[in-house]
Amino acid sequence: MDIRKELEQRILVIDGAMGTMIQRYKLQEEDYRGDRFKDWHSDVKGNNDLLNITRPDIITAIHKQYLEAGADIIETNTFSSTVIAMADYDMQSLAYELNVAAVKCAKDAIAQYKEQHPEDTKPKFVAGAIGPLNKTLSLSPDVNNPGFRAVTFDEVVAAYYEQISGLVDGGADILLIETIFDTLNAKGAIFAAKKYFRETGKKELPIMISGTITDASGRTLSGQTLEAFYTSVAHARPLSVGLNCALGAKEMRPHIAELSQIASCFVSAYPNAGLPNAMGEYDERPEDTGHYLEDWAQEGFVNIVGGCCGTTPDHIKHIADHVKTIKPRPLPIVETELN
Amino acid sequence: MSTATVIKPFLRLSGLGPLVIRPETNFVNVGERTNVTGSKKFARLIKEGNYEEALSVARQQVENGAQVLDVNMDDALLDGVQAMTTFLNLLQSEPDIARIPIMIDSSKFEIIEAGLKCVQGKCIVNSISMKEGEAKFIEQATICQAYGAAVIVMAFDEKGQADTKERKIEICHRAYKILTEQVGFDPQDIIFDPNIFAVATGLEEHNNYGVDFIEATREIMRLMPLTKVSGGVSNLSFSFRGNDHVREAMHSVFLFHAIKAGMGMGIVNAGQLVVYDEIEPELRNLCEDVILNRNNDNNQATEKLIAFAETVKAKGKEEKKDDAWRHTSVEERIKHALVNGITEYIDVDTEEARVKYSKPLEVIEGPLMAGMNVVGDLFGAGKMFLPQVVKSARVMKKSVAWLTPYIEAEKQEASNAPTILLATVKGDVHDIGKNIVGVVLGCNGYNIIDLGVMVPTDKILDTAQKENVDIIGLSGLITPSLDEMVNVAHEMKRRGMKQPLLIGGATTSRMHTAVKIAPEYNEGVVHVLDASRSVTVAGSLLSKEQKTDFLDTIKTEYTTLAEDFFNRRTVKEYIPLETARTQKTAINWNEFQPSTPQFTGIKQFKSVPIAELRPYIDWTPFFIAWELHGKYPAILADGVVGKEATKLFNDANALLDTVIKENWLDATGVIGFWEANSNGADTVVVKDGAKKVNLEFLRQQIKKAAGQPNLSLADFICPESEGKKDHIGAFSVTIHGIDAPIKKFEAAHDDYNKIMLQALADRLAEAFAEYLHAQVRTKWWGYVKEEKLSNEELIKEKYVGIRPAPGYPACPDHTEKYKLFDLLGGEATTNIQLTESLAMYPASSVCGWYFSHPQSQYFGVGKIQQDQLNDYTVRKESTTEIMTKWLRPILE
Repeated sequence: MDIRKELEQRILVIDGAMGTMIQRYKLQEEDYRGDRFKDWHSDVKGNNDLLNITRPDIITAIHKQYLEAGADIIETNTFSSTVIAMADYDMQSLAYELNVAAVKCAKDAIAQYKEQHPEDTKPKFVAGAIGPLNKTLSLSPDVNNPGFRAVTFDEVVAAYYEQISGLVDGGADILLIETIFDTLNAKGAIFAAKKYFRETGKKELPIMISGTITDASGRTLSGQTLEAFYTSVAHARPLSVGLNCALGAKEMRPHIAELSQIASCFVSAYPNAGLPNAMGEYDERPEDTGHYLEDWAQEGFVNIVGGCCGTTPDHIKHIADHVKTIKPRPLPIVETELN
Repeated sequence: MSTATVIKPFLRLSGLGPLVIRPETNFVNVGERTNVTGSKKFARLIKEGNYEEALSVARQQVENGAQVLDVNMDDALLDGVQAMTTFLNLLQSEPDIARIPIMIDSSKFEIIEAGLKCVQGKCIVNSISMKEGEAKFIEQATICQAYGAAVIVMAFDEKGQADTKERKIEICHRAYKILTEQVGFDPQDIIFDPNIFAVATGLEEHNNYGVDFIEATREIMRLMPLTKVSGGVSNLSFSFRGNDHVREAMHSVFLFHAIKAGMGMGIVNAGQLVVYDEIEPELRNLCEDVILNRNNDNNQATEKLIAFAETVKAKGKEEKKDDAWRHTSVEERIKHALVNGITEYIDVDTEEARVKYSKPLEVIEGPLMAGMNVVGDLFGAGKMFLPQVVKSARVMKKSVAWLTPYIEAEKQEASNAPTILLATVKGDVHDIGKNIVGVVLGCNGYNIIDLGVMVPTDKILDTAQKENVDIIGLSGLITPSLDEMVNVAHEMKRRGMKQPLLIGGATTSRMHTAVKIAPEYNEGVVHVLDASRSVTVAGSLLSKEQKTDFLDTIKTEYTTLAEDFFNRRTVKEYIPLETARTQKTAINWNEFQPSTPQFTGIKQFKSVPIAELRPYIDWTPFFIAWELHGKYPAILADGVVGKEATKLFNDANALLDTVIKENWLDATGVIGFWEANSNGADTVVVKDGAKKVNLEFLRQQIKKAAGQPNLSLADFICPESEGKKDHIGAFSVTIHGIDAPIKKFEAAHDDYNKIMLQALADRLAEAFAEYLHAQVRTKWWGYVKEEKLSNEELIKEKYVGIRPAPGYPACPDHTEKYKLFDLLGGEATTNIQLTESLAMYPASSVCGWYFSHPQSQYFGVGKIQQDQLNDYTVRKESTTEIMTKWLRPILE
């Protein structure tokens, strides 16, 4: 099951939003708590990653819906499963366990799907999702003290190291560092991954990197241009680099076009379902998302496509249908000599 | 479909922006002043903890052309880790400095690592070496790689620092093999520092150090062509401390030769380099002898340079520079000033040239351009560096500034300012955007002829020809105006006109301009996004030099856009109308009990007090009208536009106070309800007394996912077959009375208040519609008994039921407005006139249908297919030609 071989053959589809799907269940505080945390001292409603432990049935069911829709890669529900992000719920000590449990949900979903669909012989991959953290290394949270940082590089590395060990122990196939709005946080995650594999001697997992261009300026939140961002993370020697979140496909197009020209690895893109409407909801229709991404595939911009906020299995189905016969972007020729 | 791209093995660094070092990259200047060991001032500032001021040293380096910033905190009295961390963290919040890559410079690896933890971009580590053995070297290189940094490897091994050519090459090559074969470094991420040592020290064994470096560089670049060679240049002239004149000459001569040998970057004081060709020949020859170790038996060359240095020193500081160039011709002086970046005399020299030449423009085209050409040649030949070019540009700007008033005075004599004609096209009554463009262009020195609104093509073009205007600008807000603009362009071509045509307004787009308007007229059609953009566009179009290029660029861009448009048209899939009709919105009519309105027929609301409408105003579009983008109320506190937005908001409310107090405006509204049922084929049959009126709606035809409906507004009215009585409603609102105050504002040249009042009237009309809709929901139709919605929730359309307007996405056919206004009693009750393009006059008017079903929603019909066009034409009892004209925006 070599993902590189698959990527040379076809465009792979990554799944859509987890949060949007969880919302549909209209879960209450008790659902989040389950039995184990029924006496927890703070509210935990909204801690979606906790559901990996308390409601694995729901998480597995959502993964399965995405597999049914045609996703080749499903992302674990671990966007915030770090000691730093879990501090919001005073659940720091759960970080490792959440990651292991999340991978289990994803793998269970694949097993169930495979059993019900023996005709689908294509391999399915679990990407361990590594989110951006709620504290950033390049920006000061205090406007009066621009040199201040709410977290240190070493703390970030330690948090990601623990998350990565959970994802690897659980059996993830890929590490996906995503929604990067501060490149230095991502560099912390890359550093942690390199350190983890160096120290444990385990076989290195491929790393996918996905940044976030926050607005029309074409820069990350921490101020880098797209090319500067790519240059800053290229040392990860990633399987793929790409963009997700913040923009809809329409707004993301020029950036993906640019990235496809400069990236020496595979290119991924999973935009939001348009921009939020006046009610803060995403209302781009699945067929529209499908059309946009088909255009990118036709242009040879992408190798991996999918959806972020607001996308649903319906969106993924449209995306998968639209790109399935289109050739993937060929890997660039990386020259090693000047001529 | 696409071929693989090629990625070249270049050194790529980044700050907030990228820095790619290509073979043709001349020479990369690394700014050296943010170094506590090299700059006394910087050291003092850091020790005092004055980081603010220390940042300004960094900024100065960037402004002087440094492409990478070297930061060094190695001082026995400093906590280097803490100082590096503090400084780099602060630096990240200064985008004008942080845009370039950082070189983290320390002899202590812990300080280097502390620095790497603070920088998001790809840095250079300066430096690592094998002085503590291979194992340590590999460990440090591995860490640098984990942070994604490029490294400088100093030619230093267990035996010591390399001094001869052979040792330098040997150590660098060994390090290269280890890094690329064992650590896994890309060759292009390796930079060598083969050690620049001081020459002319008096010790003969030092005499060949310059040659050793230059020759080692040549060989390193031959052996390892993807790497770079760098070095700290100021070491070279260490023995001439205190004599900057000689030191700078030595640095220039050294770099000239080292760069030719392949040295790609160097740590220099950006801003303090003399130009190789400008060094006095005697000194240059002496430097060359010393550095290249020529004619240097028994230290002869060294002695000569030292002797020369003494004479320079003896001259003292008052006679610091050679002033001989001041006695040459004015052209020579200007060239000298440009090449050397001297601003001191440029005003005097420029004035002399201005008097000498017949026109001020000739000074720019003559001596100034000649001087800049020399600068360009020297830069291209590697004899000048970027910081010097930046200085040259400064001299150039200063000279041009001196000439500008004379150039402008001459222009005034020759001809008047260019004239721009602006008009809102026939059938359209909206002119706020056009007025803003007029003001902005007026501020920039153009004469403006504003023909106002609803201007027929002939009037626009007759005036343009009679007044011989330079540019024509068209504006429009409603979709039929797009066709009208095409018509104007077509007519301009027929008349053989030459003026460029600008297109602006809310419904216009670059795409529509490229696809529909530009092909109609060859003399230049440009879509202008907003008022601020109009100035540069007008400037380019009126500049003889730029116009052709500018229009060529636009033309190419539009051609590509148009091609893309035609290529991409087939991307979407559509389904036949008959199929679409089988996929209506799923509404369970059995469960639905339609509410009956309090009355059928119409009800008029006369002179509704403006004060009652005021709380319903949605301010966000008001700010957009003024090109201030952001959401109200957050926009008032916005970092960039907040101050202006607050001022505008206060002024608007003050004007609104006056409007209310002095009763300037009159608000008229009409609502109506009628029994109605849908017929299954997108028609809603309305019973208006004994009369039956068929309202025709359009249906989405895009292919949807299974289970998703193809919507039509007709879906939201109960089908006749269900046997239930349902209703549809309609409304119109309008604000009268702005014409008189606007005339007064115009007479007083008060464009600010004119535009303000127009924008406010628009907002009030929208507020009125919101106000009536709320009453309709809870009272007149009463399909919602209780409703507690904040203004914000109203803006977000959180209410039940909708009020779409003919001509907008859910029902894009403007001509249905005729039926709507007939039902509402026509102009007599509504107080609104319809233009031939079906715009409403006064412009501050809103109309629409009311739908009450809880599942009714706003949507866009999107593109329709030929089968629906045919069906619709039959239903409308119209002709294909007419319906095609009105529905053009939604036809493929």
